[in-house]
Amino acid sequence: MSAFGSDKKRVLLQGNEAIVEGAIAAGCRFFAGYPITPASEISERMSRRLPQLDGTFIQMEDEIAGMGAVIGASLAGVKSMTATSGPGFSLMQENLGFACMAEVPCVVVNVMRGGPSTGLPTNPSQGDVMQARWGTHGDHPVIVLAVSTVLDCFQITVEAFNMSEKYRVPVVILSDEIVAHTREVVTLPSVGEFEAYNRVSPKMPPEWYIPYADNSMGVPPMAAFGEGYHHHVTGLMHDVRGFPTQRPDEIEALVGRLFRKITQGFHEIQKVETFMMDDAEVAVIAYGSVSRSARRAVLDARRQGLKAGLLKLITLFPFPRHSVEEALQKCRVALVPEMNMGQISREVKRVNQTVSIVKKYNRVDGQLITPQEIYQQLIKI
Amino acid sequence: MPQEVAEIVRKYLRHDKKFPHIWCAGCGNGIVLGSLIRAIDLSGVEKDNIVLVSGIGCSGRITVYVDLNTLHVTHGRALSFATGIKLAKDSLKVIVVMGDGDATAIGGNHFIHAARRNMDLTAIIINNQIYGMTGGQYSPTTPYDSKTTTSPYGHIENTFSISELAIAAGASFVARGTVYHTQLLDDAIRLAILKKGFSVVEILSNCHTHYGKLNGMETPVAAMRWFRDHVAVVGKEGALPPGRSAETDEKIRIGVLKNVEKPVYSEEYQKVRDHAKNSLSS
Repeated sequence: MSAFGSDKKRVLLQGNEAIVEGAIAAGCRFFAGYPITPASEISERMSRRLPQLDGTFIQMEDEIAGMGAVIGASLAGVKSMTATSGPGFSLMQENLGFACMAEVPCVVVNVMRGGPSTGLPTNPSQGDVMQARWGTHGDHPVIVLAVSTVLDCFQITVEAFNMSEKYRVPVVILSDEIVAHTREVVTLPSVGEFEAYNRVSPKMPPEWYIPYADNSMGVPPMAAFGEGYHHHVTGLMHDVRGFPTQRPDEIEALVGRLFRKITQGFHEIQKVETFMMDDAEVAVIAYGSVSRSARRAVLDARRQGLKAGLLKLITLFPFPRHSVEEALQKCRVALVPEMNMGQISREVKRVNQTVSIVKKYNRVDGQLITPQEIYQQLIKI
Repeated sequence: MPQEVAEIVRKYLRHDKKFPHIWCAGCGNGIVLGSLIRAIDLSGVEKDNIVLVSGIGCSGRITVYVDLNTLHVTHGRALSFATGIKLAKDSLKVIVVMGDGDATAIGGNHFIHAARRNMDLTAIIINNQIYGMTGGQYSPTTPYDSKTTTSPYGHIENTFSISELAIAAGASFVARGTVYHTQLLDDAIRLAILKKGFSVVEILSNCHTHYGKLNGMETPVAAMRWFRDHVAVVGKEGALPPGRSAETDEKIRIGVLKNVEKPVYSEEYQKVRDHAKNSLSS
């Protein structure tokens, strides 16, 4: 069942399975999770694949423990991941904040289902977008990526690991029930067609290592436990040596750097795809499974003579404002269809500054927004 | 300071960076810290191969003071982080220090499951019967009828026996000690560190600042006297000492309460890896 190898392979995979293959290709060798629909296939395939590669899968007692184990494994030097859905994602928030604060690379997949609470376990939703950005308490940087196809699930998962390793930040992948369970034939990239980035390790002797010292990237080298550096890692505000501090200057420097490293990397982190946007007068801004409906709707609208285009967001946070602003400046109207009450449309409006007209279209009944619905909205414009 | 004590302090403490510590004068945590570094030294495990993990509370601050790989995590979750470390790098010796609230209230789920899996970790639980850092609220080990800042009319809940909980949940090694019986404590922690499997040392400690103040034990000395007078040391493998009497039965048993051999999680998981690789090649 090795879907990933040195040769290009055309394989039939569902989104959840492709996330596993992407993670493994990126070097993930540790997974800890807890069963939840519609993310369970990720755990199941991980439990089969990781031990084949000398990796580790463990099913923990809850999602809190899953997230804790993932951070622990990463601190020991192993790329690690967990996957869940809404209720589990809520439970992970506290430890997700620890990963932000202690700058521990890791990847968290949230296969979104309807909420709040137990909600709609087997129906799609995009209701967790703002939770992915702001779910854990306090000011914190985080990267959130959205997937919409099975190939995305592979490629964006690789990307998620690379960003988490490069910026020492947890990366959240937002999938949804439709993407997770759609089966497609995909040609997975072979080794050498993508880069798997590894965190920078300290090269200096232990006595010179300052674990949280600033540098030009704002990302200090990361020592793994057991490499002789015996440093301190804490969720408390800490000084450059990693020890707790209450000094305002040290606190400001830390929080400032946590944000600066993401701001500095913004252009690399911001990922979007455009479709027929060159001469578009009306833009659909969409992400996740809805972006696939939107693509079809754009084609249908073009056949009717309406110059429509699609801006598909892959990076949701930091919000890809440069790409969105460009689309808003070019088009007289932007339509933002979402399976929530309007979480990304608010972000679009926030950056719009009245340049264009932003319309939202929302569905929260557990059903996918269809191409026809988006098309109907487009021709009304 | 005797020569050997000075050497241990120099070797294991971040003495020039992080002292004085934040604990109250007379707190048992300092005695546990001393016992821990003596036990580590006697165990012979290399410093670089030890990870000390702690959660939140007064006990959680212990990681700051010790010059090892140290990790200070979220409240109650220390064992889950430790599980990830151990499974990712089996060569590391992972020691987890928790308080009674940390380990058995908010972290109770992780505690029983780490014991059930027989994860190769050492859990050191400082049981001072109260939440000290937050101002003396009742914990799962606060005795019935005690006064705390959240039980001003007397505590009405039953207590967990942490050691019995660990025994029932499947730990390989369980010992109980007190901060008065330091030689016994040094031995218990050393044996726990060297034990393969989930090992637990429950340490009865004092919080005169919060617990003692409201319950007639205002000084650390009063707490020490209480520990001296209310324990019975068990022999090996959980048997009571000779001359068992009604009096000793009423006393708190300290010493090694359980010590059994059974497969540890990482060894079992290696079998899973071997099986998976065989199925791949066949």
